[in-house]
Amino acid sequence: MSKKAVTLEKDEVVIRFSGDSGDGMQLTGTQFSNTSALFGNDVSTFPDYPAEIRAPQGTVGGVSGFQLHFGASEINTPGDYADVLVAMNPAALKANLDWVKKGGTIIINIDAFTEKNIARAGYDSNPIALYKRDYNFIEAPITELTKEALAEFQLDQKSIMRTKNMFALGIVYWLFDRPLSYTEKFFEEKFKKIPIVVEANKRVLRAGFNFAETIEALPRNYKVAPAKINPGTYRNISGNTATAWGLIAGAEKSNLNLFCGSYPITPATEILQELAARRDLGVKTFQAEDEIAGISTAIGAAFAGNLAVTTTSGPGLALKTEASGLAVMTELPLVIVNVQRGGPSTGLPTKTEQSDLLQALHGRSGEAPLVVLAASTPSNCFNYAFMACKIALEHMTPVILLTDGFLANGSEPWRLPKMEELPAINVPMAKPNDTNYLPYLRDKETLVRKWAIPGMAGLEHRIGGLEKMDLTGTVSYVPKNHEVMTELRDQKIKKIADFIPELEILGDKDADLLVIGWGGTFGHIYSAVKQIQKENKKIAFIHFHYLWPLPKNTGEVLSKFKKKIVCELNLGQLADHLKVNVDGFTCEKYNKMQGQPFTVVELKDTFTKLLEEL
Amino acid sequence: MAEVTYKLTPKDFKSDQEIRWCPGCGDHAILNSIQKAMAELELPREKVAVISGIGCSSRFPYYMNTYGFHTIHGRGAAIASGVKVANPELSVWQITGDGDAMAIGGNHFIHTIRRNIDINLILFNNEIYGLTKGQYSPTSPFGSVTKTSPYGTIEPPFHPGELVIGAQGKFFARTIDINIKLSTDIYIEAAKHKGTSVVEVLQNCVIYNDGAHAALVDKEEKDERTIVLKHGEPMIFGKNRDKGIILDGLKLKVVNLNDGKYTVNDLLLHDACEMNPGIHSMLANMRYPEFPVALGVIRSVTAPTYDDNMTNQIKQVKQSAKIKNMTDLLNTGNTWEIK
Repeated sequence: MSKKAVTLEKDEVVIRFSGDSGDGMQLTGTQFSNTSALFGNDVSTFPDYPAEIRAPQGTVGGVSGFQLHFGASEINTPGDYADVLVAMNPAALKANLDWVKKGGTIIINIDAFTEKNIARAGYDSNPIALYKRDYNFIEAPITELTKEALAEFQLDQKSIMRTKNMFALGIVYWLFDRPLSYTEKFFEEKFKKIPIVVEANKRVLRAGFNFAETIEALPRNYKVAPAKINPGTYRNISGNTATAWGLIAGAEKSNLNLFCGSYPITPATEILQELAARRDLGVKTFQAEDEIAGISTAIGAAFAGNLAVTTTSGPGLALKTEASGLAVMTELPLVIVNVQRGGPSTGLPTKTEQSDLLQALHGRSGEAPLVVLAASTPSNCFNYAFMACKIALEHMTPVILLTDGFLANGSEPWRLPKMEELPAINVPMAKPNDTNYLPYLRDKETLVRKWAIPGMAGLEHRIGGLEKMDLTGTVSYVPKNHEVMTELRDQKIKKIADFIPELEILGDKDADLLVIGWGGTFGHIYSAVKQIQKENKKIAFIHFHYLWPLPKNTGEVLSKFKKKIVCELNLGQLADHLKVNVDGFTCEKYNKMQGQPFTVVELKDTFTKLLEEL
Repeated sequence: MAEVTYKLTPKDFKSDQEIRWCPGCGDHAILNSIQKAMAELELPREKVAVISGIGCSSRFPYYMNTYGFHTIHGRGAAIASGVKVANPELSVWQITGDGDAMAIGGNHFIHTIRRNIDINLILFNNEIYGLTKGQYSPTSPFGSVTKTSPYGTIEPPFHPGELVIGAQGKFFARTIDINIKLSTDIYIEAAKHKGTSVVEVLQNCVIYNDGAHAALVDKEEKDERTIVLKHGEPMIFGKNRDKGIILDGLKLKVVNLNDGKYTVNDLLLHDACEMNPGIHSMLANMRYPEFPVALGVIRSVTAPTYDDNMTNQIKQVKQSAKIKNMTDLLNTGNTWEIK
């Protein structure tokens, strides 16, 4: 039995692992979150890492972090402030101290707190002495004890040092009374061919666990009960993986081959990687020479009858602008995934932002309407990627799916969908030798043209970027025809509003204050709204997943509330979009441009103040 | 259902669209040659996709009664790549010009060739921007006086053959627009070759760069100024078949067969299938007046194509795959049950 001094029952806990970007903190965090999810907790995670792969060791700029939030009830965000911080060196402490709750536990590798490292982190004196009163420090000689644990192993110094993150993980596992088995199994599988590495990692993990159990310096440990979660089969999933899988599901459901033309770009690259690994499902990935070739090969594949996809982030979307206009003009199905990051230009490649909304809506030459969707949680990236495929194919249009760096890298447990429960995708495919076929003959209801693909006899036709004659699709410079076609393209997209769900009001429908959000901020806003409701105050919340066309009841919903506030990680792009498209719409705005998600605390404070002003 | 077979004629490949190129433009002859080649190849029309970018030449798909896609400037190679990889059963033809392929589309041009995607890339080289009315192109000779170089260009041109071989091209041929017989033969060779087949067509822009290739089409002198290379045959040329090309050290040299020093046996034999691109590069770079300009198939070597590699890789991975569908994928790795 362990000598646990005090056991604190907690409903939810936030842990942040931090160290040099080479310290393996992402792996450590992932291990803890997977173990907790298997234990039955609800979990939400968010990695926070520098753009540099290996920034100078020991500097604040090189600190890589991984935050996770787990609990016995529904968890919507990775948490604002940490209950427990693991800091592998002084720089990690410096970079993260502001994010630790007062009185929280800080586990440090005391061996790394040398004078040199303390100075390199920018501290004038030893920070432990400075902050000892405010926090509960656990000073663990991680480097020394790791070396000791592996003394009899025939491993070089570098390999030994690479396992010290497992020592830290062992301590945290003890702190939360978690089994080591998941992580042990992980190493057994990952390094199957190098048994010594498996054994070394397992040994150090256990050494960390035993250290925590043995020392009497640990004043407390925590207990977080499993959450009440809907029955089903679960797995952890990140936004990028969910996006890739949603696309594959779209291909399977539509019975088409999936083609992805892409160019690697942070933070979207994992989608391409995930798809590239799926040759077993017949997925064709084409790593193109640039962003333009990425979308262009995809357009070629769409012309040839594949479910075509291109994935990118902000600057890449800018490069794809002209070609996306071609997809609008030729009315070919195409899914463009934009994983937003801080901008403009190279901006903040590894940080999150929602500043590409207006680019997605309007960033093309000419009148070039297309569909814009946004996912709102890591796991629902699957659903919206699937919906993007469905809309693109059924309405013969490019669709931009917006996710962001926060959703892309964040992860959460996800109840696996059943393929048969996903809606059918009815592709408007032309029939070979149909003598009535005309390339731009449209369905009367939806204004959708038919898709005739090379290989279909009797339907040979030409399309292109030049304006085309209504019905026949031949090149046309007839003035009136251009107006007709411009309006048809516009109407076709607007009609999609008939096929998408209406806005759902969360919270109190009779509240005076309506909070409005879109995309990846859902979890933080919803948590803040729920906390306010718990205080017996009335507040309502709507969250947009369909940005264009807007849901049909948008105007009606917005008109019901006295005061509205639009919260977004930009200068107010959704607010502007709503002002243009909803008559008489006025709102307050809450905006943040720090490359970081909202905190629940700041949102709650903002809403509380507004409620007081009412 | 019984398949209806009938002999295709060039007319079968003509669309109902009125041709809008200038009278006398070299493009008319190229269109005729390609339609002739397609008829001889007996390509089913529905299996042909003609992809173009922007420029005079890129209007080409509208005049073909096949599937066609007139895309955006420079991106034809990328779009054609997507078409071919998405459906390897199609016969994919990319029509492009010196501006479309060498300037704005240069990146896609070299990477398509490097990947060896099985498309036929027909490059109309008139050494000028015609559609925008007469600006110099990346293939305009040094010093060319055009609307954007009134004092002459101050930049050296690209030579397409050199670029193709530099990009690890496996097939490069050159022809002249008005030589329909030679052109048709070359298009047939290009279509039969598996991989990216680049054909440079010396094309005359009758309005903005008339006579750019005049020296090579001059009725009296063309045989003295060009050499038609044929695989396995000695490199002989001239009106009287009295000149040839030999390898002199590490360079090519034109010799006269009448002065008694050389015979046909001394001449280089053209080996289009040689993997080493050294001689092909020198042949592609022969320029008038020092050399005759090489026409015909200069390089044609076999190598795996990207599209075949893709098909084979998928087949191979599928054979031993544990994941057969989306449901399998969803259940891979760590999953757990909540009851």
